[in-house]
Amino acid sequence: MSKKFWYSLVAALVLSAIVLTSCGGGAAGKNQVEVFSWWTGGGEAAGLEAMIKIFQAEYPDIEFINATVAGGAGTNARAVLATRLQSGEPPDSWQGHAGQELIGTYVADGQIEPLNDLYEAEGWLAVMPETLIPLISADGNIYSVPVNIHRANVLWYNPAILEANGVAVPTTMDEWFAAMDTLQAAGVTPLAMGEQWTQMHLMETVLLGSLGADAYNGLWDGTTDWGSAEVTAALDNFAKVLTYTNSDAASLSWQDAAQLVVNGDAAFNVMGDWAEGYFRELGKAPMTDYGWAPVPGSVGVFQFLSDSFTLAVGAPHPEGATAWLKIAGSKAGQEAFNPVKGSICARTDCDPALFGEYLQSAMADWGSNVVVGSLAHGVVANDSWKSEIDTALGLFMAGPDVATFQAALVAACASSGPCQ
Amino acid sequence: MFKDKDRYLSIILISPSILAVLIFVYGFIGWSVRVSLSNWKGLSPDYSWAGFKNYLELFSDPRFHVDVRNTLIFTGVFVIGSILLGFFMAVMLDQGLKGEGFFRSLFLFPMAISYIVTGVIWRWLMNPAEGSRMSGFNLLFTSLNLDFLVNKWHTTPTWGMAAIALAAIWQMSGYTMALYLAGLRSIPHELREAAQIDGANEIQIYRHIILPMLAPVTLSALIILGHMSLKVFDLIIAVAGKQLPLDVPAIYMWQTTFDGLFYGRGAAISILLLISVAVLIIPYIRYTLKTEAQQ
Repeated sequence: MSKKFWYSLVAALVLSAIVLTSCGGGAAGKNQVEVFSWWTGGGEAAGLEAMIKIFQAEYPDIEFINATVAGGAGTNARAVLATRLQSGEPPDSWQGHAGQELIGTYVADGQIEPLNDLYEAEGWLAVMPETLIPLISADGNIYSVPVNIHRANVLWYNPAILEANGVAVPTTMDEWFAAMDTLQAAGVTPLAMGEQWTQMHLMETVLLGSLGADAYNGLWDGTTDWGSAEVTAALDNFAKVLTYTNSDAASLSWQDAAQLVVNGDAAFNVMGDWAEGYFRELGKAPMTDYGWAPVPGSVGVFQFLSDSFTLAVGAPHPEGATAWLKIAGSKAGQEAFNPVKGSICARTDCDPALFGEYLQSAMADWGSNVVVGSLAHGVVANDSWKSEIDTALGLFMAGPDVATFQAALVAACASSGPCQ
Repeated sequence: MFKDKDRYLSIILISPSILAVLIFVYGFIGWSVRVSLSNWKGLSPDYSWAGFKNYLELFSDPRFHVDVRNTLIFTGVFVIGSILLGFFMAVMLDQGLKGEGFFRSLFLFPMAISYIVTGVIWRWLMNPAEGSRMSGFNLLFTSLNLDFLVNKWHTTPTWGMAAIALAAIWQMSGYTMALYLAGLRSIPHELREAAQIDGANEIQIYRHIILPMLAPVTLSALIILGHMSLKVFDLIIAVAGKQLPLDVPAIYMWQTTFDGLFYGRGAAISILLLISVAVLIIPYIRYTLKTEAQQ
């Protein structure tokens, strides 16, 4: 036999070994639970670890498999999840933004089990806000267990800059424009903004601030006409807000943009309240280095988003998954997770003493305000609709023309939303 | 030519790879074509027949127009830039200077880096921030009093894509240099000497002898760089993330499929990408096979 033959044989064997190993799957053990999330860094990962510790103390026999996929605020993880679901290998439980992101995609496809029995057995209906339940339900069935609540419509500001320029914290759109005119004239960047998804975040808060809670909710259930004059006015406001932003927005992450405020390079930033955790990480003090208020025009409205966990249809370990969901919805679990992650409990009975100054004010608002959902974070629109809005927004940012933008939004609602 | 035993053995040995290629390449191309002709939108497969609806929608989709324009800009700047710079470096190295091996490796090294790493480095270098937050190239230009060079790099409207191509040129011009250097070394020295005896100057030698003899190298470089630039994805994601002004078909395909669940549309984009690469590659492969057969 020649040398060539042996080389070829080895090559063929190696190739078939690779093919075989890539086809084999892991054997399913009995006492396990695989929980899929995109919580891989910072306070999120630490919060998850704290919750896992409580789980392991409560259920020492169940092995916890922490399946995380990093990157892109969950977009990478969701691509992996879609592939697993299509090949019939669901994780036992996965993280998803409460609302249409779960309902429009996974419930519509029959991938998640209803959890009404669990809610009743654990008495969660009594301790979770009434306004939350319809948003995580479809046809009367509850589909996920929310672990935390974040607020989207927060205007962060630099108190020193506002004071130096004699500007009061604005509460209406007109006051905000006047304040930003003053700041711009003084040579201060009025509003810090980052990459494209933070632009969508800004847009949804300006829509809310301009339209008010009822008309804003109507956008998502089809009762507010996207082509109407009030939406035109709201989009005009958004176009005007954009004129006050920094020129390098496209190259900044949300952290970069938020940091401009606490470093004194910009006066305002609109970002969800996870920014507060970031400010603390930077060693900044509340009310001296940064202040907060609802986005102008949305005083008394709480625009929320929530991370929640599901029970997969055909979960390999349904008992383990149920045990995990019990921890995720429990007072102990949420009190372990939220102070670390920098969010408030979905339950209303958490101990305020565990939380910082900002979060205590958010807890008070959560109990008293009108609640609406966030677009950029999956509460109000399904994935297809959101992605069409994102494309329309991106085209608008490249060449500001409100009429074309509005026409694209009308088309997006007709093709993927409730406006048939 | 073959003994019977040899023939059977060779068929057995290559059959796993033939099978793998048939299934995992051509099988999935066929499946993508089928999906691109369906109405599939959402998580669960829907193979209902849509004809060419997805393709027609793409042709009138303003985002896809942006993608095509960006791809053309990127390809033009990247391919021309890499070839010019690569050729220049090869000619310099061919002059027989000291430490040629060192410079050769130096210019070739960027190719060994992944596009993601290149993208992260260039994201910092091309930072468009102004004033006190200025950094990277802009800061360098300012401190050298070359303020007119300060610009917005990849955030420049319409032409931002050309800045991304700069990073790609940095990465691939060394590879183009290696191609040209091999080409230059394969030109017999007698030809140059003969031309010199006939009274040709250096420029005439390059114009009439060296450049024509390097034409096949240029064609190879054009094809290799061209098909890479049509598929560019990771470099842009690393420099700019998912932002529409720097959108290309590969990013649109990924976003619309996995973020928006428009599987039919995503498959249609992937097939259009495949066709555009094939238009470039197939004539080249035929040409190469023909010349090899002639030899």
